[in-house]
Amino acid sequence: MTVLDDSTAPDLVGPPNSHGPRRDPAPLLPDPEPVRILGTPAAKTFDAELQRELYRRLVLGRRFNQQATTLTRQGRLAVYPASTGQEACQITASMVLRKQDWLFPSYRDTLAVVARGVRPLDALTLMRGHAHSGYDSYEHRIAPLSTPLATQAPHAVGLAHAARLRAAADPEAAEELVALALVGDGGTSEGDFHEALNFAGVLGAPVVFLVQNNGYAISVPLASQSAAPTLAHKAVGYGIVGRLVDGNDALAMHSVLSAAVEHARSGRGPVLVEAITYRLDAHTNADDATRYRSAAEVDAWRARDPLTLLERHLRAAGLLDDAGVAATARAAEELATEIRTQFDNPPDPDPDSLFTHVYATPTSQLREQAAELAARLDADADAAADDAEDEAR
Amino acid sequence: MSTTMVAALNTALRDSMRADANVHVLGEDVGALGGVFRVTDGLAAEFGAQRCLDTPLAEAGILGTAVGMAMYGLRPVVEMQFDAFAYPAFEQVFSHVAKMRNRTGGRMGLPITIRVPYGGGVGGVEHHSDSSEAYYAHTPGLHVVTPATVADSYGLLRSAIASDDPVVFLEPKRLYWSAADFSPAEISTAAQVPPIGRAMVRRPGTSATLLTYGPSLPVCLEAAAAARSEGWDLAVVDLRSLVPFDDETVCAAVRATGRAVVVHEAAGFAGVGAEIAARVTERCFHHLAAPVLRVTGYDIPYPPPMLEKHHLPSVDRILDAVARLQWEQ
Ligand SMILES: Cc1ncc(C[n+]2csc(CCOP(=O)(O)OP(=O)(O)O)c2C)c(N)n1
Ligand SMILES: [Mg+2]
Repeated sequence: MTVLDDSTAPDLVGPPNSHGPRRDPAPLLPDPEPVRILGTPAAKTFDAELQRELYRRLVLGRRFNQQATTLTRQGRLAVYPASTGQEACQITASMVLRKQDWLFPSYRDTLAVVARGVRPLDALTLMRGHAHSGYDSYEHRIAPLSTPLATQAPHAVGLAHAARLRAAADPEAAEELVALALVGDGGTSEGDFHEALNFAGVLGAPVVFLVQNNGYAISVPLASQSAAPTLAHKAVGYGIVGRLVDGNDALAMHSVLSAAVEHARSGRGPVLVEAITYRLDAHTNADDATRYRSAAEVDAWRARDPLTLLERHLRAAGLLDDAGVAATARAAEELATEIRTQFDNPPDPDPDSLFTHVYATPTSQLREQAAELAARLDADADAAADDAEDEAR
Repeated sequence: MSTTMVAALNTALRDSMRADANVHVLGEDVGALGGVFRVTDGLAAEFGAQRCLDTPLAEAGILGTAVGMAMYGLRPVVEMQFDAFAYPAFEQVFSHVAKMRNRTGGRMGLPITIRVPYGGGVGGVEHHSDSSEAYYAHTPGLHVVTPATVADSYGLLRSAIASDDPVVFLEPKRLYWSAADFSPAEISTAAQVPPIGRAMVRRPGTSATLLTYGPSLPVCLEAAAAARSEGWDLAVVDLRSLVPFDDETVCAAVRATGRAVVVHEAAGFAGVGAEIAARVTERCFHHLAAPVLRVTGYDIPYPPPMLEKHHLPSVDRILDAVARLQWEQ
């Protein structure tokens, strides 16, 4: 500092220490405890019809998980990552969306996809190994199930941003849509998750990120995944609202998620919701969960099964009786039968589908390769027919 | 003793960790679970959670952290859970792992081993069956190694970890549960460890030479056996190392027959087979009776499980290629 003439030296005492507007982090911070409604006075004022609807949908959701797991045991699905125990998250994620909204699910979110109206067989096409995606993403406004973790989060931001650009250019076509991205606790460690939050914050995009924190990424517990106070706190560093909710409390889930979606819809910016939940089944049918978690831990969470919690509350509130439970169980069996019927002899995939959708117009190389495979399959079929004829003689 | 490829890899990791305290394993689910394929089974129990570290779920973070650890003198062995889940780490692999020695004028080498289960044929849903070898092989600065046998998986992994350069170690997951009589004691001396960069003739032959590696070795051996009834005696070469490439062994095997077919399951276009066909043609042109042909996966994203059988090189497709090697005089 000695070379500087004191009179021209910059003021080192009170420089501006911020280049942009600084924001008060307080409104962004999640509550210290997850939001709960079941067992609180708020449950009394919660719309009764909606409560019954949540119950019905959770029961059907559970049955869906069970049926898909059975199909896996029968070898009719290649793999199934069950969301058993996470049904309150899955169901509400779809229920709070309007027709114009978009859902960006991960591989564990087949149930959310079905809850938005996709036929089970089509939602499970990926797991069946028939094609990479089985539903029309534009018809249902659901992106394909995303397996590379958190990679769908920036897509949700981009789509929501595009909708606002389109709306600004053509107000009559404005859709006021919200994009909801589903991510797991493990997925929040990926760079794409952070980049998505940052973009959403900077663009002010109408996006909601729902993190289903089920405590594990396959075998890795949350404590090895993150040192953050809660995952919802990650919002704050990106200037986004963070919310923490009990993911096994269907009423709280519905309430927090709808508020988040309407917050985003009204142009007040993105929201990150962390739902505390638990996957009661193994990671997938291929996983051995006994290697990394105790039966006692699973039992403790089974006691907090979202279905049990809701049923107990509804019965106590006089909103559900034995007859109601039985009727819902019958509806669930009907769904299971319907799924089994859909899985009875679904058509095999056409080998030509390997080539048809790689490009809008297949390259000449692909046309050649498709013709080569078709000729090979024809020759195989002819040889098989000849063999059958020989055998018959 | 019958040993699976998974067990041989596991033993190689354990022996390397016992031999050198600088060897650290890190990756997703490598600790208590022992990796989704159990290749790291028991390592956390024997060496502690720090030397066999369950990392946060972030491949770029894993590789970047490994770079820093290697800078400070450790020998990280990184596990990428699946081929396609290594893609977030490409930035670190291509911009730093591959280039650090060169950027620092030779001062800073990075002895990192990047283990990647790769390839299809296991009924995996999308992103679980990619063959990503060409991306790595195209990037100067990386060794790219892929074992096809139980013994090689032990020996080559030990060599990879001992290497002072970064090695991308591609494990054919289709062969994980293949078993052979093997005991690591057989290659307990350094001299018996297979060096990186040497191909191996798995089957001598006189009619034509199949050049292959990793997951496609078994189908080539099957094709060679089936070819006997067509009157062809096929040689089969297992490349084992894509970088460095063993021109000497490959060219000798091709010159001996005058005909060659390259077989791999990765897409053919701009694939490793293209490089091999070009090298063989450049070096053996006057010995060749026919152009070098390729049997590869189609130029498509890896298919869903119900269709993958059409995509993978089959005995029929290999024999059809052999038939097209201009036999008529
Ligand atoms: C980029 C990437 N890396 C690794 C994987 C392999 N993988 C699949 S699921 C999973 C754990 C995900 O945990 P979490 O995000 O908590 O979701 P959950 O399975 O608990 O629903 C891992 C590591 C992947 N799919 N994508
Ligand atoms: Mg999780």
